[in-house]
Amino acid sequence: MPANNVMLTAKAIGLSFGGIEALVDIDIDVRQGEIFAIIGPNGAGKTSFFNCINGFYRPQKGSINFEGKEITRLPSHRITELGIGRSFQGLQLFNGLSVLDNIMAGRHFHFKAGILSDAIYFGRTRREEIKHRKVVENIIDFLEIEPVRKQIVGALPYGLRKRVDLGRALAAEPKLLLLDEPLAGMNRDEKEDIARFILDISEEMGITIAVVEHDMGLVMDICDRVVVLDFGRKIAEGTPEEIRSNEEVIRAYLGKAS
Amino acid sequence: MDRPAGVFDVRYEQDMAVVRTGPQWGVLIGFLILLAVLPLFAGSYFLGFMILTGIALIAVLGLNILTGYAGQISIGHQAFVAVGAYTTAVLMDSFHWNFWATVPLAGIAAAAVGVLFGLPSFRLKMLYLAMSTLAAQFIIIAFFNHAFPDYFHAVSGIRVNRPELAGIDFRNNEAFYYVVIVIAVLMTFFSKNLVRSRLGRAFVATRDNDLASEVIGINIARYKLYAFAIGCFYAGIAGALHATYYRSVNPMQFHLDASIWYLGCLIVGGMGTTVGAVFGVLFLRSIKELVVFVSPVLGGMVSPINAPKIGPALGIISWALVVILFLIFEPRGLAHTWDVLKSRFRHWPFKYAF
Ligand SMILES: Nc1ncnc2c1ncn2[C@@H]1O[C@H](COP(=O)(O)OP(=O)(O)OP(=O)(O)O)[C@@H](O)[C@H]1O
Ligand SMILES: [Mg+2]
Repeated sequence: MPANNVMLTAKAIGLSFGGIEALVDIDIDVRQGEIFAIIGPNGAGKTSFFNCINGFYRPQKGSINFEGKEITRLPSHRITELGIGRSFQGLQLFNGLSVLDNIMAGRHFHFKAGILSDAIYFGRTRREEIKHRKVVENIIDFLEIEPVRKQIVGALPYGLRKRVDLGRALAAEPKLLLLDEPLAGMNRDEKEDIARFILDISEEMGITIAVVEHDMGLVMDICDRVVVLDFGRKIAEGTPEEIRSNEEVIRAYLGKAS
Repeated sequence: MDRPAGVFDVRYEQDMAVVRTGPQWGVLIGFLILLAVLPLFAGSYFLGFMILTGIALIAVLGLNILTGYAGQISIGHQAFVAVGAYTTAVLMDSFHWNFWATVPLAGIAAAAVGVLFGLPSFRLKMLYLAMSTLAAQFIIIAFFNHAFPDYFHAVSGIRVNRPELAGIDFRNNEAFYYVVIVIAVLMTFFSKNLVRSRLGRAFVATRDNDLASEVIGINIARYKLYAFAIGCFYAGIAGALHATYYRSVNPMQFHLDASIWYLGCLIVGGMGTTVGAVFGVLFLRSIKELVVFVSPVLGGMVSPINAPKIGPALGIISWALVVILFLIFEPRGLAHTWDVLKSRFRHWPFKYAF
């Protein structure tokens, strides 16, 4: 079982868009090694919370701390370099690149060669390309997408594209991986594959995972801890069993009227 | 991806290689030898054609990196060619620099000006950015037209001498041809390498999806400026050669038409592919030459007053028409046609492979 070191702390996060309060006074800890789930009805603020973590949104209130470092005001690409990776709700791939190059692009900041070296593609650049290619091929094997590695992602079916998205995030070698609805739009078999990948990423690669998901099956089966958001507020936190029987959670999901 | 039959890669180096089989090396080396011996049997006219094609190719390769790969639409590329041309001309004319020393400086000057005009790309995208590069086209040319008349000589422009090196006089086209071709081949080689390395992937990433780019650690703002710097560096080098080929530099040479023509080359050849830039330039340059042959014939058929207008009109109409036809029938350009042909050839007699 994972050690209980806290990896990421969000303290009193407040985010609003004009009149809409997307996040209100949110306190969330993500612990080293766990699979942590954020659930909640549509528009609860789950994606917004991820966007605050990786610097797309700047919360007006509160602070986010990653491995002892304040990251609230850092630019996104710096936050990535510190070790926070992410996949997106829906598809956000580089449609003009092949599967291989999408995942190679994911290793962007691991490359050290300069522009002049790239221009002659010799020595350092060549060595780096080969070195990173090996890592990327391992990810391609892991995600079982070898047959399509040279295809342009724009032409792939949805399920495969979601894997490429996951592969690209893994390629950066994150310590913490944020997955935003990895199962959305998938059929049962595809969901099972992704669930298996998530478990492997957690157990074999030792990457901490925070996942937003509507599929309760996944959440209940593989997650260690769950936080529930509703209308931008945290309404519950606990193990899957505790959440399942939480009155307020049931009310949030079934409607306020009751 | 299609490979010539029977070619299997067992190492990543082989898979990464651009030229992979013996016959492919043969074709490449044969082509380079052909370029090298061309002056022995081609006339001065054809060499002139090749020189202008080489210069245009260098400019288009730059635009391809900026617009084709990095997705930053520029409709002021010829202005950056002008920056290179004026850098070389002024350094040679007013400061008596050696031509060879001015070439890298022409590139660097154009890159610096490019970065300056690339700054709006932090905020602007697509059409709006295009407008700001259009502004570059007019501002830069107006600058050369009006500023520092002691150096730029306003509309009359600057006279430039062709270079000399180790006793070789480049005043004749045969010798100057080699200067242009060697630089064009090198610049093509660099361009191909840049776009298949980390830099090229980062360019396409910024072009295709800026959110996802940030999330994999790409500093988008910086890479946009890299694209402007590199794209305009190419333009500057083309400018240095332009200045010495025409032996004069003046604002009239750097019209908006040329900037659009470069974009036309990318459309005809195929945006975001190096081979496309080569095909596109060759194709549209050939059409330009064709017009030169055809317009006197057509001119003979109309009244003498209208005859001189035929050439310029036909020039623009013909390439514009070609660009439109490509946009309709082959929007992916000649590069795609080329891929289709290669794959047909490799799978023959089958239609496609699994
Ligand atoms: N960029 C934005 N501008 C304005 N409002 C926004 C923006 N992003 C999010 N919101 C609002 O914030 C609230 C939370 O949205 P968010 O996307 O975080 O929800 P979510 O929990 O991810 O929902 P879903 O399950 O549908 O993905 C919504 O009311 C949404 O309209
Ligand atoms: Mg969401």
